[in-house]
Amino acid sequence: MKHLWLTAWADIIESLRAKWFIVYSGVFGGIVVLLFVFGITESRIMGFTGLTRLLITYIQLTIAILPVFVLITTVRSVAGDREAGVFEYLLSLPISLSAWFWGRFLGRFIVVFLPVFLAMVGAVIWTAIKGADIPWVLFASYTGLLLAVAWCFLGIGMLISTLARSADVAQGLAFVVWLTLLLFLDLILLGIMIREGLPSETAVAISLINPLQVFRTAAMVLFDPQLVILGPSAYIILDNFSEAGYILWAIAYPVLLGTFCASIGYYVFKKGDLP
Amino acid sequence: MIQFNNVKKTFRRTEVLKGLNLNITTGDRIALVGSNGAGKTTMIRCLLGEYTFDGEVLVNGHNPRLERQIVLKDIGFVPQLPPPLKMPVGQLIHFSASLCGSDPQEMIHVAERLGLDFEQLKSRPFVKLSGGQKQKLLISIALGRAAKILILDEPAANLDPDARHIFFQLLAEKKDEAVMLISSHRLDEVAALVNRVIEMDQGLVILDDRVEDEVDLDSVLKTEITIKRVDEAFTKAIKLWKFETDTDFDTAGLVWHGVVAGPDRLRFLGVLSRYAAILKYIHMEERKNA
Repeated sequence: MKHLWLTAWADIIESLRAKWFIVYSGVFGGIVVLLFVFGITESRIMGFTGLTRLLITYIQLTIAILPVFVLITTVRSVAGDREAGVFEYLLSLPISLSAWFWGRFLGRFIVVFLPVFLAMVGAVIWTAIKGADIPWVLFASYTGLLLAVAWCFLGIGMLISTLARSADVAQGLAFVVWLTLLLFLDLILLGIMIREGLPSETAVAISLINPLQVFRTAAMVLFDPQLVILGPSAYIILDNFSEAGYILWAIAYPVLLGTFCASIGYYVFKKGDLP
Repeated sequence: MIQFNNVKKTFRRTEVLKGLNLNITTGDRIALVGSNGAGKTTMIRCLLGEYTFDGEVLVNGHNPRLERQIVLKDIGFVPQLPPPLKMPVGQLIHFSASLCGSDPQEMIHVAERLGLDFEQLKSRPFVKLSGGQKQKLLISIALGRAAKILILDEPAANLDPDARHIFFQLLAEKKDEAVMLISSHRLDEVAALVNRVIEMDQGLVILDDRVEDEVDLDSVLKTEITIKRVDEAFTKAIKLWKFETDTDFDTAGLVWHGVVAGPDRLRFLGVLSRYAAILKYIHMEERKNA
């Protein structure tokens, strides 16, 4: 356990000094600052104003940015480290492979989750200073969703990093995975597939196993509990899951998927050539 | 201590190790030589448990792949190319010492003997150090712990003559209790350090020979050189070895004095050979330590 935390800490220190982390933190911190600057808290959407309005906008932007950011930075840095000889050297030290792999996973998770989370915390603190109400339930739910989605894509990233032998291939694969998930996010595509004879249950199943879609729908549920935006498909979600049940699914499923992918990654890593 | 039994390693369709058999015992100081692609790095990585392979590698009866921590606790490794680690020097030392169960002060002590100012460098990212500083730090981590097997891949390539001498002294302190496996493209770089030479070519051992090891790792050669005429290229080369010339008007630039580490003699003579045409007189006298 000591070695796992040592590795996690080493990975955090490595990441904090990396350029990608500076860009990554700047993007999420910058989004919140820009949302305040552009007066998003004073504008109104579907009756929401203040921090609630800001969080809704923030989460929508996060859906677009977070998964691809986590995927690309993970595969580039992990596969890049292998290419550059970091694995060769650090794995010559007496550390177990499980402590090394899961330590890196943990360290990387902290690094990718914290800027996103701290940006939200910054918004909450600013709102508190201004004396406005803070929607704690919404804040906690969004925190859970962000945690789940970061964990999920980190797990996928770790799997890709172990399968690809070079940083370029890993980056290409990560893009393909992200674009595939993005493709099935498209309701029009799913609509066409249903029109062409795809059973509607299959379309729903695709949506329920696509972590991007799960995250997106859960974010909608939080500000539109009746899912009016989704139209008739909202019935399937609300009848089968209920509002709270769907949020629970949206947190549990990505976490399980990420853990599953990372576990396969660990198995491949353990069984193959390390550097 | 270390056994390679019919070790074969294939990358896709290329067989890099073709049934390697070796037996290495305590006290062996081995020069592992061979051209690029000979299989040296692959062999080292198999020994470090980093590669999967057919056959068997045993270190004190343990499998380095399955019993990594037991085996690697005894191995100090210096890679040819320093890894681009961004962590500060101080953290790298403490990280390595914690994993190895060693005292970081020992590593710091070795680093300072090699000429590194640890206090000044401890906050700097490892990747920002010069090539020589990186090499010294990796040597400190490998030698500043109770390693019974030292695997050194071109270890002295980036070191200045003073640091090379200290490095040889450090190796001398461990020579009876440790196995040393020193990889190099050129035998003359490491010949004086070793008592056994293993040459590899295309994945096989083509030469495994004991060599004369009367060279004292700790010795130095007090050296005087006279050249026929002042030569700019010679002056530049000899100054890299920290040689100084006479201050007399008649002999300035012609007579040079300095000290060469004992194990470095072949390398030094190799440098001198480039200026054979202008050499007039060479005197080398062996002394115990500097």
